[in-house]
Amino acid sequence: MNNQHGKPTPIGGPIMTPVMKICLGLAAVSGLMLIFRFLVGLGPVTNLTDGHPWGLWIAFDVVTGTALACGGYAIALLIYVFNKGKYHPLIRSAILTSALGYTLGAVGVMIDLGRPWLTWKLPIFFWTWNLDSVQLEVALCIMLYTAVLWIEMAPVFLERWETEDSKPKLQAFAKKWTPILMKAMPWLIALGIVLPTMHQSSLGSMILLAGPKLHPLWLTGWLPFFFLISCIAMGYGMVVLETMWSRTVYSRYRETSILTALSPAMVVVLLVWVAARLLNILAAGKIGYAFQLDRFAILFWLEILLFLAPAIILMMKPTRSDKDRGRLFIASGMMVTGGMLLRFTAYWFAYNPGQHWNLYFPSLFEIFVTVGLVAAEVAAFMYIIKRFPILTGRPSAALPT
Amino acid sequence: MKISRRGAFKVAAFGAATAAGARKAEAREKKEAPADATGMLYDATMCIGCKACVSACRRANSLEMEAHSRLYDDPIDLSANTANIIKFYEGEDGTSFIKQQCMHCIDPACASACMMGSFQKRQNGIVTWKPERCIGCRYCQVACPFNIPKFEWNSATPAMVKCQMCLAKAGTTNDGQLNEVGQPACTEVCPRAAVIYGPYEELKAEALRRIAENPDRYEDHVYGLDEVGGTQVLYLTAKGIPFSKLGLPELGTESVPALPVGLQHTIYKGFIAPVAVYGVIAGLVWRSRRQYDKAGEEVGA
Amino acid sequence: MVLPTLDSSPSGLMSVDRRDFVKVCSMAAAAVGLPAEAAAKFAENAAQGLKPSVIWLHNQECTGCTESLLRTHHPALDELILDLISLDYHETLMVAAGHQAEEVRRATMEQHKGSYILVIEGAIPMKQDGIFCKIGGQTSIELVREVAEHAGAIIAIGSCASWGGIPSAAPNPTGAVGAPTLLEGKTVVTIPGCPSNPYNFLGVALQYATFGTLPELDALARPKFAYGRVIHEHCPRRAHFDAGRFVKEFGDDGHRQGWCLYEMGCKGPVTHANCSTLNFGGVDDAWPIGIGAPCFGCTEEGVGFTLGKFETVEITDATPPSTYPPIFTQRDGPNPWATMALGGIIGGAIGGGIIAAKKVSQPSEDEIGLGGV
Repeated sequence: MNNQHGKPTPIGGPIMTPVMKICLGLAAVSGLMLIFRFLVGLGPVTNLTDGHPWGLWIAFDVVTGTALACGGYAIALLIYVFNKGKYHPLIRSAILTSALGYTLGAVGVMIDLGRPWLTWKLPIFFWTWNLDSVQLEVALCIMLYTAVLWIEMAPVFLERWETEDSKPKLQAFAKKWTPILMKAMPWLIALGIVLPTMHQSSLGSMILLAGPKLHPLWLTGWLPFFFLISCIAMGYGMVVLETMWSRTVYSRYRETSILTALSPAMVVVLLVWVAARLLNILAAGKIGYAFQLDRFAILFWLEILLFLAPAIILMMKPTRSDKDRGRLFIASGMMVTGGMLLRFTAYWFAYNPGQHWNLYFPSLFEIFVTVGLVAAEVAAFMYIIKRFPILTGRPSAALPT
Repeated sequence: MKISRRGAFKVAAFGAATAAGARKAEAREKKEAPADATGMLYDATMCIGCKACVSACRRANSLEMEAHSRLYDDPIDLSANTANIIKFYEGEDGTSFIKQQCMHCIDPACASACMMGSFQKRQNGIVTWKPERCIGCRYCQVACPFNIPKFEWNSATPAMVKCQMCLAKAGTTNDGQLNEVGQPACTEVCPRAAVIYGPYEELKAEALRRIAENPDRYEDHVYGLDEVGGTQVLYLTAKGIPFSKLGLPELGTESVPALPVGLQHTIYKGFIAPVAVYGVIAGLVWRSRRQYDKAGEEVGA
Repeated sequence: MVLPTLDSSPSGLMSVDRRDFVKVCSMAAAAVGLPAEAAAKFAENAAQGLKPSVIWLHNQECTGCTESLLRTHHPALDELILDLISLDYHETLMVAAGHQAEEVRRATMEQHKGSYILVIEGAIPMKQDGIFCKIGGQTSIELVREVAEHAGAIIAIGSCASWGGIPSAAPNPTGAVGAPTLLEGKTVVTIPGCPSNPYNFLGVALQYATFGTLPELDALARPKFAYGRVIHEHCPRRAHFDAGRFVKEFGDDGHRQGWCLYEMGCKGPVTHANCSTLNFGGVDDAWPIGIGAPCFGCTEEGVGFTLGKFETVEITDATPPSTYPPIFTQRDGPNPWATMALGGIIGGAIGGGIIAAKKVSQPSEDEIGLGGV
């Protein structure tokens, strides 16, 4: 089964393609903007206020960004917990997306913090920890998980450095550390499964502290469960999207059979989510809110739709044609969007501080910085898959753009 | 891929664990005010809107003037420069002033939010903020049901600002004593004793006494007795003017941290669950890896 | 040997009814903020003839401060003042003149060495060794220093003596300075004003005379009971200021109704004084703002005779106005450009997604022949 896919190899080819140049440009401008933001404070450049202290940077860069980076987690669950080894070819690009995504999330946190220079105290001053704080667990977990992800990426770098054409010093380094790393890997992988389970669900618990300011449709003790299940769905979705897209663009074998084989797992997760969501609303007697003629009801049903529709699409009889690929792609896009919507709603749309405050909408500065951060992530992804062995499959004759 | 029985069982167990955690969220005990709790009682029917408390607070806490015009100190709302404000209500049911500042909740959401304990209930149950470990994440702002903590948005080194009952006056540390007369500045200067400071139990008794003795003067409710688990700042309003019109929101009796913190503690009690799950998963991973090694498949990530 | 002082009553002090005398002493004590028992002590000291000696020097001045002292409002109070204290040297009021007067001065200094009160009225010119003010061949500089040497207490009455006053106004051709500058190192109580309110002076003098102590002084050695607040803090027109009712022009409606004179250049916010509570000449509202003229800061160095008459000053210690913020604050709405930008990005993402879906659906060479999907 493995031979069809081949070992992971770097894609090669020129780094500074037009797309790369655009991404680097956007990232550089964002970097300059961020220098300005740190000089003048958050007030002059964002639309954040005391009424809406968390905005686009938290809702997207941090909360959604890390959920989009759950591909590694979702695939690791399949491979190691459910013993489905056939998904192995997907794991490297999934872990890379995860590592980059969580790094983007961490950067997102840093630029949003008012006093980021004190964050070093958090992991070290354990005697000051407030164990009541949900955010404490989220922060520590994310810090540790990001480190774990990059350590899980280490074999990729070591493998590359071990090849004959790299510097002797790097070769020696790689030869020395690879066996040590391999021994530690199971413990790290296990950590890489437990940690996201903890913090992705806690991201749901975290926003519950908004209490009366959170709309009843999202103020439920089951929110962490919804966050967790949706992050797994998002993880699968992102793996499909990213795998299909990067392999199409770089002309690699698309692993369609493996990806299509993800469908049953996706369907289970999606249906569990929809069922739990609806049951929760019914059991809590909140179904009335879902039928009010306001934006919250619309958001609620949109969420349901974005999880239910892909489940239905995936349950349709496969046509054994190219249409299936398209269907899988669209379904993945929908479940990713659904998960994003859940997070945006919980952290932004459904958060209502009261009559004193107008609705929050991000400023152009916030939007541009977010775009720049995503561009930086894309640029890093492109560079790494071109220079390091991430993608499997025989490279095709034509050079990529 | 067919879902094996074992696989299905794993999913179910996983789901049940989180679901169980969600249901047992009420495991958190209701907090009571500390024995030496002090607080404030604001009687809206006695306030004349002189705003001496606004000026006194500013001076006592070295807060900058909020001069929207050159001539006056005219804040429109609590902010990073204003920890105490008087607002005016005018409606068909009458007029009233209202003093807004931190409510010093008995189970404060801000203190439960803060990862490193910058916001804490300190002496006499007064909720104070210290800068040494604050990273400016503003989770406290998200948490507070009254939207009290304010952030210095226009500063490169922002602080959080709110009423600390003058525990942090110039010349004292956050754990210092109150001013020379042992009161916050606002209660000290109030010419009508519309806002008074004292032991929480006494203020509670006084508020209830005032209502009992003047049923036609007051609404029959002391705001802060039960709201969000009780606050150490209590309010009385004139009969016919509901608290919600004065900007004091209608809130339930359960404290804000009860749900998320209860949930969190139930799931992570003693950190047993994560360690146990880690053990199980590590075992599964190790076994998977052995199988791969045997089948000659790719090792590593 | 003490020469007789001006005494208009037939038989001196005892001709005044004792009850009236005590009443006046009480009012004097109250007016200057001394406790009730001070009144009894004044009367006692006066009856026993224990009156402190006062030497009053004049320099570059208009004698306005002396004149204001003479216009304290209770009948015969000027006599009683002269009887509560022993005004042994006062160029305006004493009968003696010329060398005889100087003799009196030196004798008083000798007799009451270390206990006499020195009152200084008027600025002291410093340029050209102080020749711009000479009395009996001595410059003010010499005179003031000489008398201050053995004084028990030194009081500078009026802005001129306190910090230079009018003579020190730009370009200050004579180099006029206040007494504290000349007598550096000595405690000089200053009672600025142009003129200073006589009760402020009386408070300090009588306290020293009766108890031998000086009142609490601020950083400029002004008694806090009189100069502890700026006019703005205890002005009867403050409510108009807080409500934004300002006089725009002399004689307009606002002026006729007694509105705040801030915009006419009132220096109340930067002038420490108590004119608003004490009045002058015993007439209600007989003080500048009371009669509709903006305060020009006569007590305050750097304000009086320095700032323009109609120049407005900065309010450094602002307080809330008489308006109130509403319960629910109004704030600005979102920026339409940002909405468009985000809308554009979302639209682009959806569109891009659809195009991408089409692209990935196309078969690649590698996969044709591998069983299709």
